[in-house]
Amino acid sequence: MNLITALARLLIFPGLLFAIPAAWFFLWVERKSVALMQGRVGPPFMQPFFDFVKLLSKTTPPRSGIAGALMRSWPLIALAAAAGAVGLLPVLPSSGGFEGDLILLLALLELPSMCIIAAGFSSRSIFGEIGSAREAALSVSYNIVFLLAILSIAASQHTFRLDALAALPSSPLRLLGILAIIVCLPAKLHLNPFSLPNAEQEIYAGPMTEYAGPELAMWELSHGLEWVAATGLVATLLAPHLGAWWLAALVFIALSFAIVLLLSAVAAATARLAIDTSVRFYWQCTLIFAVLAISSALFMRYRL
Amino acid sequence: MKLWRRLVCYARRRSPWLFHMNSGSCNGCDIELVAALTPRYDCEQLGVRLEGSPRHADILCITGPVTKNAVGAIRTVYGQVCGPKAVVAIGSCPATTNVFIDSRTLDGPLQKHVPVDVFVPGCPPRPDAIIQGVAKAAAILAERGMNPAETALAIATPTRGVDSFTEERP
Ligand code: SF4
Repeated sequence: MNLITALARLLIFPGLLFAIPAAWFFLWVERKSVALMQGRVGPPFMQPFFDFVKLLSKTTPPRSGIAGALMRSWPLIALAAAAGAVGLLPVLPSSGGFEGDLILLLALLELPSMCIIAAGFSSRSIFGEIGSAREAALSVSYNIVFLLAILSIAASQHTFRLDALAALPSSPLRLLGILAIIVCLPAKLHLNPFSLPNAEQEIYAGPMTEYAGPELAMWELSHGLEWVAATGLVATLLAPHLGAWWLAALVFIALSFAIVLLLSAVAAATARLAIDTSVRFYWQCTLIFAVLAISSALFMRYRL
Repeated sequence: MKLWRRLVCYARRRSPWLFHMNSGSCNGCDIELVAALTPRYDCEQLGVRLEGSPRHADILCITGPVTKNAVGAIRTVYGQVCGPKAVVAIGSCPATTNVFIDSRTLDGPLQKHVPVDVFVPGCPPRPDAIIQGVAKAAAILAERGMNPAETALAIATPTRGVDSFTEERP
């Protein structure tokens, strides 16, 4: 693995040059498919790009002191983490290096939601604080399922490297794990049944209430990149191992697109759940499922 | 630089985000504003989004005849919307205080307190008139982007003349 390939991976595919347009595209697909399912026409194709440019050109309220500096830095940290997570996805075959490390990927995927929690509290807005508290409660409940599901996949196949996992043939246990991950994605991406951290109109805009202009643009972009990273993770685990790199990239994009459509359909068909119902859903229903998956993975591992 | 400015103006026209504020309206206009987002009128085609926080909005949509209680809130919210911004007065109430004129609980019309860019008359106006008003306000925003001096003027002077009227559909 030499430096040029690493840089190309981080900057071109699946890194920034691919990821930023893909983030806008996924945001558009989500809005458009929800609109189509509601019998509307929906936003034009370039809408997320226009929103981004417009937000960049707006002014921000004056912020002073350490709290102001913190508030400015949270969206940048979230953006960097989400971009790094996308760059780590092992779409192209590789050898050596740190990319495709599952533990680093999980940490980077978790950082944006940490930043959202911190941003809500440092904005000192009551709505931001309520949103952050909800996000924290939700992330404690879905993350256990999410981590257990990934752990069960990794334990059953004896590796923590995403590229090695992608190369191995899939097993029924792995499909179970992927299913558990997909159940967690709406909460991770703040989609409809679990959209209460940023519950629109109910608590204004949740942790984002005080953000405006370019800072909000960074949040939108990091949300889009989270879409790419999270769907990309599932797509990598689902995709069959293919020799030709262009075929692998195509399958990766098609699978990500299918997952975005699935999540948008769920978001359009459901209404927002209350916090106790959401937390109970993750703790009672899916936790059992995840514990089953990991115990069978460990069992398989020690018997083999 | 010039290209960037033109892109920004185009983007502003294509992505007006609204914040809806009720200043004592009878709820008729509010319902019509929400109706503009429904499948029948679907103003998301123009990039319109109804935002939860005034910090995110470009266009402030105000309904109602401005009660004395609402004046402080209107000033605060107008200050919270980040520039460049525009104000759309929806309904006859904010324009003239309508049937509530001479009420001792009112401190209207709206133009006494914030500069209004577009009036959408009607009691209540039809959703397509509201959409037309929002589109005009978005065009005004784009023009302001081309001319930064005017943006400063619009922020500095509290009462700005009426830019345009949208007609009510029969
Ligand atoms: S203009 Fe008419 S419908 Fe609108 S708030 Fe006033 S009285 Fe109600």
